Amino acid sequence: MDIKAYIFLSLTLFTIGIIGVLVRRNAILVFMCIELMLNAVNLLLVAFSKMHAASTAAKASASYAADAQIFVFFIMVVAAAEVSVGLAIIVMLYRNTHSVDINFLNRLKN
Amino acid sequence: MSNIAKLVWLIPVLPLIGFLVNGLFRKNLSKGLSGFIGSSVVLASFVLSVLVFMQVKNGEVLNIHYFDFIRLSVLNIGFEFKLDALSALFLLIITGVGFLIHVYSTAYMHDEPGKDFARYFSFLNLFVFSMLLLVMGGNFVILFIGWEGVGLCSYLLIGYWFKREDYTDAANKAFIMNRIGDLGFLLAVFWLIAKVGSVNFDEVFSAASLAKLSATDITGITLLLFVGATGKSAQIPLYTWLPDAMAGPTPVSALIHAATMVTAGIYMIARSNALFSLAEFTQTVITIVGLATALLAASIAIKQNDIKKVLAYSTVSQLGFMFIALGTGNYVAAVFHVLTHAFFKALMFLGSGSVIHAMGGEQDIRNMGGLHKHMKITSITFLIGCLAISGIPGFSGFFSKDEILAGAYGHGPLLYAVVLFAALLTAFYMFRLYFITFTGKFRGTHEQEHHLHESPAAMTIPLVILAVLSVIGGLVGVPEALGGNHMLARFLSPVVPSAGHHIEHSTEYLLMGLSSVLVIASILFAWSRFKNYTGEGDAGGFGKLLQNKWYVDELYQATIVNPLRSISGFFDRIIEKKGIDGFVNGIGKAVSYGSRQMRLVQNGQVGVYVLLMVIGMLVLFIIQLFV
Amino acid sequence: MGSYITFPELFIWIPILAGIICFFLKGEKSPKIWAILSSLLVLAAAVTSLFYTDDTKYATYNNVNYYWMKEIGNSFFVGLDGTGRILGLLTAIAFPVIFISTQKNTYKNTSAFYGLMLLTQGGLMGVFVAMDALLFYFFWELALIPVYFLCSKWGGEKRIQATFKFFVYTFAGSLLMLIGIIYVYQHTPQRIFEDGTVSAHSFALNSFLNASLTMEEQNWLFWLFFVAFAIKMPVFPFHTWQPDTYDQSPTSVTMVLSGVMVKMGLFGVIRWLIPVFPGATLQFDSLVIILCIIGIIYASCLAIVQDNIKKLVAYSSIAHIGLMCAALFTTNEMGVQGAMIQLFSHGINIIGMWVVVDILERQTGVKNISQLGGVAQKAPVLTIFLVIIALANIALPLTNAFVGEFLMFSGLFQVNTWYAIAAGISIILAAVYTLRMIQKVFYGDVSPAAEVVTDISFSEKAALFVIVVLVFVLGVMPQPLIELTKKAVNTFLATVN
Repeated sequence: MDIKAYIFLSLTLFTIGIIGVLVRRNAILVFMCIELMLNAVNLLLVAFSKMHAASTAAKASASYAADAQIFVFFIMVVAAAEVSVGLAIIVMLYRNTHSVDINFLNRLKN
Repeated sequence: MSNIAKLVWLIPVLPLIGFLVNGLFRKNLSKGLSGFIGSSVVLASFVLSVLVFMQVKNGEVLNIHYFDFIRLSVLNIGFEFKLDALSALFLLIITGVGFLIHVYSTAYMHDEPGKDFARYFSFLNLFVFSMLLLVMGGNFVILFIGWEGVGLCSYLLIGYWFKREDYTDAANKAFIMNRIGDLGFLLAVFWLIAKVGSVNFDEVFSAASLAKLSATDITGITLLLFVGATGKSAQIPLYTWLPDAMAGPTPVSALIHAATMVTAGIYMIARSNALFSLAEFTQTVITIVGLATALLAASIAIKQNDIKKVLAYSTVSQLGFMFIALGTGNYVAAVFHVLTHAFFKALMFLGSGSVIHAMGGEQDIRNMGGLHKHMKITSITFLIGCLAISGIPGFSGFFSKDEILAGAYGHGPLLYAVVLFAALLTAFYMFRLYFITFTGKFRGTHEQEHHLHESPAAMTIPLVILAVLSVIGGLVGVPEALGGNHMLARFLSPVVPSAGHHIEHSTEYLLMGLSSVLVIASILFAWSRFKNYTGEGDAGGFGKLLQNKWYVDELYQATIVNPLRSISGFFDRIIEKKGIDGFVNGIGKAVSYGSRQMRLVQNGQVGVYVLLMVIGMLVLFIIQLFV
Repeated sequence: MGSYITFPELFIWIPILAGIICFFLKGEKSPKIWAILSSLLVLAAAVTSLFYTDDTKYATYNNVNYYWMKEIGNSFFVGLDGTGRILGLLTAIAFPVIFISTQKNTYKNTSAFYGLMLLTQGGLMGVFVAMDALLFYFFWELALIPVYFLCSKWGGEKRIQATFKFFVYTFAGSLLMLIGIIYVYQHTPQRIFEDGTVSAHSFALNSFLNASLTMEEQNWLFWLFFVAFAIKMPVFPFHTWQPDTYDQSPTSVTMVLSGVMVKMGLFGVIRWLIPVFPGATLQFDSLVIILCIIGIIYASCLAIVQDNIKKLVAYSSIAHIGLMCAALFTTNEMGVQGAMIQLFSHGINIIGMWVVVDILERQTGVKNISQLGGVAQKAPVLTIFLVIIALANIALPLTNAFVGEFLMFSGLFQVNTWYAIAAGISIILAAVYTLRMIQKVFYGDVSPAAEVVTDISFSEKAALFVIVVLVFVLGVMPQPLIELTKKAVNTFLATVN
C-alpha cells in the first residue's frame, strides 16, 4: 500500500486535532483533540516503521522491524498515564469551579 | 675629584635637612631654635657655595654624577650636578640673599605661634633646596625637578596663612599658572629627547646634537622653553600670579618673588644659550614679550597703592628687562641684572616688610607718609634701593641696566627708545612709592603713629648689608668704557658668550649720559608731584585702566576660567549624565520596557498559547520547505 | 625542584584559603586580625620573590604548570614575569595597607566582609600570574564576584543601583572577552602535553600568541577584548559605572577597585590584547590613543566641577588610567616603561587618597567639598599626608608618579606631538582640581561638619606613612622599579614590532 495514504490520514487527523484544540473551549474536548494529535503521530510512526522495515528487510532481522513499533507502545503507555493525570486535573477543576471552560482557567495570570 | 666636589651634595642637602628637622619636630622646637636651624643650614650652604665659586672661577667645571635616575635603553637620565661659573654665581645669590632673608624672617615672623614659625622655616628651607637643585642640575630633568619644586614652595608659602581664602586662591593661581609654563618646558624636554635622545646639558649643547636639530626643531624647542620661562619668571601672558603672590609673608616675596625663583627662567635661558642663539625667531619673540611686559607692568605699577603690589609689578617689569637682554643675545647683561636686581629688590621688599611691620600690617601707602622720621635705617636703605633700580650712576642698577640698554641700542634705536622709556617709568613709580611712603605727613591713624618704630636689628642688619651690596654690586661689571674690565663677563665667559654687539665708547658715553639725565628728570618729576602727597580721588579714564591692571585678570577670568567651568559643567550635566549615562541606562530601560511589553503576550489564555504554538510550527514548516 | 611551592601559587592560595577560613571566624576583632596577618604573609612572599627574579636561575620558583583539563588543552599554568611581579607586589602591598587603615570602620557581619576581601585578593593575584587564557578568565571573574557582594551588601544608600550597573557593565565586557577567547582558542595550534595527551587547541598564552588569525579576524577580536579591558580600566566612554561605584562602595572596597582592580584592564592590554593582536594594534593604535586622550581631558574637566570628593578622586583616576592606556598603545619603550611604573605608582597614590577620604568621611559623615573646610586646623598631620599624596598624584617631581608620567608623555610625544600636548593639558587641569580640593577641604575656616575632626590614629598614620615612604623612595630612585619590569617591557615590545 502506498505510504501516501497513511501520511494523508494522519495529517488529516492531526489537523482535526489542531483545529479542535484551537476552537473548542471545553477542556475535555481539547483534551480529546490532543489525544487525537498524539495518535495521528503514532499512526505515522507505525507506518514509517513498517515501510522502513520492508525496504531493509533483506538484511534486517525480525526484531529489527519491530523496534519502532515498540516505541509506539511506549508512547501509548505514557499517554495513558498522562491522560489519567490530565483527567484527574480536569475533574478537580470541575469540582472547584463547576466549569471545564479553559478560558476560565487563567488564574495564574496575575 | 677635588675635595670640594665631594662636598657639593651637601649644598642642597643641608637645607633639605633643615626642612626635615623643622618640619618633623615643629611642635618641639622653640622659635629661636627653629630660626637658628633654618638660617644656619643656609649659611653653611653659602660657605660651601663660596668654596665652589673659588673652585670654578678659573673656568673649571665640576660635573658630578651620583646615580642613574632613569635609565632605559633609549634614554639615560642621571642624577647629576653641573657646577660652572653660571651655576656658582646663582648659588651665591640664592644662599647669600637667602641667608639674609632667613635672618630677617626670624624677627619678622616672630609673632607667629611656634609650630607655624617652624613650618614657615621648613618651607623656606625646602625652597632653598629646590632652587639649589634647579641651578645645580646637570640636565634638564634635574633642573625641572627644582623648577617644579620652587613652584610648590611658592604655593605653600603664598598660602602660608591658609585660613584666608583669598590667600589660598592666590596660591592656587600661582601654582596653576606655573604649571602652564611647566607644560611648555616639559614639551621642550620631550622634543629634545625625541630628536637628540638626551637631556644632559653637555650632550644637548654639543655641536653633534645641535646638528641633529633642524631649524624648526630649534625654534620649537626654544619657544616651548620660553613658555616655561614666562610661567616661572612672570612674563606676559602668565605674569598675573606674581602680584597676587604678595599674599605671602613679605620675606617670602623678597626671596622667592623677587630675588631667586622668578629669575629661574633667566637662568634656564642663559644656560641654554647655545640653543637660543641659533633661534632668531625665538629671540625676537623674547624681546617683544620682554618689552611688552616691562612696559605693561611699569604702567600698572604707577597706579598701585599697595606697597607690595608696586614692588611686585616692578619685579615683573625688571624681569621684562632681563628678557629683553636675553632676546638681544646679551646673556651676560641678563645675568648681571639678575644679580643686581636680587640685591636691590630683596632690599626693597625687606624694607617694605619693615614698614609693614611698623605699621601693624598696613600695606596701603595712602595711609602712610613721613615714615622717614620714624624709621631712618629703613628709609635710607629703601632710598638706596630706589636709586639703584632707577639706574643712578654709581649704583649697581646703573651698570646692569646700562648694559641692557646698550645691547638694545645695538638692535636699533627704536628698541632702545622704548626700553629707555620703560626705565624712566621705573624711576618714576619707584620714587612715587618712596615719596608717598617716607616723606610728607603721616596719614594713618593715631594708634598706628604711636606704634611706629624702627625694626629690630635682625631686620635692619640684612637691610644694611643688602644696601651696601646694592651700591657696590655693580662694580663686578663695570664696562670697559668706564675703565673697568667687566669681571662678570670674563667670569661667565666659559659658559655664556658675550654680547655680539660692540658699540663705540663715545656712543656709549652718550647713551649713559642721556639715560642718566632723563632718569634724574623723571625722579624730579615724581618729587614735584608726590613730595606733599595728601591722597587722591579715584582715578578716571586711563588712570582707572591702570589702577585695574588693564583688566587682564578679568579678561582671563572671562576667556579661560569661566569657559572652562562652563564646559566642565556642560560635560557633567549633559554629556556625562544625559549622554553617556543616559545611553547606558537607556539600554537597560529599553530591555525592561521590551520585557514589560512581551509580558502582555502571556495573558493566561490557553487558547492563545496554543494558537501561537501552531503559528510557530507553521512558520518553521514554511522555513523548512521554502528557504 | 618541582616539589617546591612556587611564588605565584603562594600569591593565589594564601588569600583564597585565608578567605575561606575567614568566613568561619566569629566576632568583630578576629576576622580583622586574621585578614591583616594573611595579607602580611602574602606581602612577605611577594617581597621574598623579589630576590628570585633571575629566571635563568630561579625559573622553577616562579613558574608552575599543572595538568588541568588536558583534553581541551588547558592547564593550571601560572608564572611571574615583570608585569605580573609588579602588579603582584602592588596587590600584596595594597591589601595590608587597606586593612590597617580601615581598621576603625565597623562592618556588619565582619567575617564575611573580610572573607570576601581576601577572596578578591586571591582572584586579583590569579589574574596577574595566569599564563593560560581560561585560567585568566576564571580569575578575572573570581575577582569580580566577591566585589559585587561587597558593594551590594556593605555599600551606601544607592548601592543596589550602582552595583547593578557596575556588575552588568563589567560582566558584559567579560562575556565579550569570553567569546573572543573561545574564537582565538579555535585558531590555536595543536598542543602536545608531556604525558602524551594531544589536544587540538590550547589555551596557553604561547599558543594564543601563535594563533593563526587573519587581519580581519584580528580586527574584530581586538575590539572584543578591548571593550572588556576598556570597561575595566575604564576608558572613555565606558567609564560611567566607575564614579557611582566608587561613591557607593565601602571605601576599603573602593581602594581595592581603584588601586588594584582597574589595573586588571591595563594588565589585560599588556599581557593579552596587544601581544595577541599586534596587527590590529598597529591599525587601531591612533584611534585608541585619541579615545584615551579625550577621556583624559574629559575626566579632568569633570573632576573640576565635582562636589563629592569620592567622585572627584574617581574622575581623576579615570584621567590617570586613560594616560596609562594611551602610553601602552604608543608601543615604544618610554611609553610602555612609563605605564609599567605608573601601574604601581598610581595604585599606591590612589589608595593613599582614599585612605584620607575615608578618614574624613568616617569622622564627619559628609563627603561633599562644600560642607567641609578648615580640616588643616583640626588635623594637621592628616593634612600633611594628604598634601603629599595629592601632589604625588599630580606627578610632582621627586614623587613616584613623576617618573611614570614623564616617560609616558615622552612616549606619546614620540608618536605624535599633538597627542603629548593634548594629554599634557591634563597636568594643568589636574593641578586645578587637586588644589581646589585641598583648598576647600583643608584650608579656610572650620566648617560645622569639620568641627568633629580629630587627627589621625596610629594605625592610619602607619598606613599613610608606608605610602608616603613609597612615594618618595620610588620618586627619587625609580631605577629598581624599571629594572624589575625592563625585561617584560622588552618582551612586550618584541611581540609588537
